[in-house]
Amino acid sequence: MKNEEIVEKEKTPFREFWESFRANRLALVGLGIVFFFIVIAIFAPLLTSYAPDSQNLADRLLPPSASHYFGTDDFGRDLFTRVVYGARLSLWVGFLSVLGSALIGTFLGIVAGYYGKWLDTIISRFFDILLAFPSILLAIAIVAILGPSLQNALIAIAIVNVPTFGRLVRSKVLSVKQEEYILAARAIGMGDTRILTHHILPNSIAPVIVQGTLAIATAIIEAAALGFLGMGAQAPMPEWGKMLADSRQYLTDAPGTLFFPGFAIMFTVLGFNLIGDGLRDALDPKMK
Amino acid sequence: MNCDNVLEIKRLNISFMTDKKKINAINNVAFKIKKGEILGLVGESGSGKSITSLSILGLLPSPPAVIEESEILFHDLDLIQASEQQMQKIRGNRISMIFQEPMTSLNPLYTVGNQLLESVQKHQSLSKSEANDICIHTLKSVGLARAEAIMNEYPHQLSGGMRQRVMIAMAMVCQPEILIADEPTTALDVTIQSQILKLMKELNEKTGTSVLFITHDLGVVAEICHRVIVMYGGRIVEEGSVLDVFKNPQHPYTRGLLKSVPDIRNKQDKLYAIPGSVPKPGSIQKGCYFAPRCEFAKDICFENEPEFVQLTEDGHRSRCFLNENVGGATKNDK
Repeated sequence: MKNEEIVEKEKTPFREFWESFRANRLALVGLGIVFFFIVIAIFAPLLTSYAPDSQNLADRLLPPSASHYFGTDDFGRDLFTRVVYGARLSLWVGFLSVLGSALIGTFLGIVAGYYGKWLDTIISRFFDILLAFPSILLAIAIVAILGPSLQNALIAIAIVNVPTFGRLVRSKVLSVKQEEYILAARAIGMGDTRILTHHILPNSIAPVIVQGTLAIATAIIEAAALGFLGMGAQAPMPEWGKMLADSRQYLTDAPGTLFFPGFAIMFTVLGFNLIGDGLRDALDPKMK
Repeated sequence: MNCDNVLEIKRLNISFMTDKKKINAINNVAFKIKKGEILGLVGESGSGKSITSLSILGLLPSPPAVIEESEILFHDLDLIQASEQQMQKIRGNRISMIFQEPMTSLNPLYTVGNQLLESVQKHQSLSKSEANDICIHTLKSVGLARAEAIMNEYPHQLSGGMRQRVMIAMAMVCQPEILIADEPTTALDVTIQSQILKLMKELNEKTGTSVLFITHDLGVVAEICHRVIVMYGGRIVEEGSVLDVFKNPQHPYTRGLLKSVPDIRNKQDKLYAIPGSVPKPGSIQKGCYFAPRCEFAKDICFENEPEFVQLTEDGHRSRCFLNENVGGATKNDK
């Protein structure tokens, strides 16, 4: 009899998460924005008949029109095309750098949190040192060593974000490893590796997902900032930050060269931030 | 005589390192678990019950715990000296453990089946379907009729009592020789508690698994244990068969504990409680640990620590000076 009392609809953890995420309107808006930019990035060649770097000096700094939706820049390149192709670069840098820092940070955080002792001291002090620099300054320093390019900007951003993930995971691991099911797993004879990969890691990963989404937003801004400062993407790459930098001289003549890449940055970052906030609410058991 | 001991703690001394001081938590504890018996380990919070049980499986975090001059014999193997690999083969396979909180002892991210299979496949080389059959069989043997369905359910879909049954199934699935149960019924309500106790007694009778049953509930001890050990301040103060200890308690602490159990038949205005509380480990340097709270304490009790004396031939032992002179008188007053 007691076995029948809890026959209810079965919800997988993912299903439960999705229902709670879906209830958040703003998060859905964010998801929509990001999805929109991803689609644009994938189908860029289908959306425009121009190439992002084909110059036409006769058509310099044109205002928006039917043939050039966003107008043209100082080399007569179609701005709409460049903003659309720019989505590829920014999303690529955002995803890849965050993937890198999340992987390295999670690994270091788990090692530091689980094994503790001197390993924890070394790893945590390493994080402290990285965090002691303002992040954009550290990124600039790393790019200065590696040489300015989009790829090196990506590496620099990845390194800069490692300690955020590392500390987050370390603190989560410290609390998860005190859970009774870890002791129970030990009591049925599980070894360290198995406990780490099957019990500690899956239970510590939720904040990484949230932080990851928010970090993509920051990474996109940082990539744009490096591009703006000439430390990231180099001409003629259609990178949003670089486009902003190029637009400065023509601000009054062709404000479109500033607005469109600027809005593109703003909306992608807004999208990721809204998703991140939604994820945080949906994954936080205390908010339910 | 010796061969029917499954586990023999010859001596156990555990301390905890704080900043600079070493604080003694378990002092010269020694006992045996016989084959097929249920041994109760009773004491207040902080008396060292859980530490003792964790040290058997080598699960005490070290540091801060320091185990010295200790020997725990499981058959011929000293569990203190055993390597981590040896211990991993014993844990869950030959000695297993269930915990106080069924709500937090299962990993919330995996199905029950997943966690049961983890244990079976770790210790026995079986095919997936064979292992699956064993798990379902074990779940049924702990009274979960919907075993097949429960295999695919997550811990949050089960009630507390069912989870504790799952925990027992997890502990029993490899048919261990010893089951250590650390207050397995404390977090459950009374009706479920009695079902779980009945289940453990049945499993003990059916499989011959010895049980070390840790509790602070004397009622539970009376219900299922064969022998009982009373711990106080990291020491064993009394040991004997349940009948001896309950009918004829020798140590003032045991007597105090028994007196503290409320009796529904005589209406008391005030419930009895042993005055004071368990001393902080390391706070008492000499004499009997219980002396400051003992109503019979004499001068000698504050000076020397009493020996653990054997009182009867079937192994009723107590650690108290009173047993030597007053003991004779108390023995008869039942």
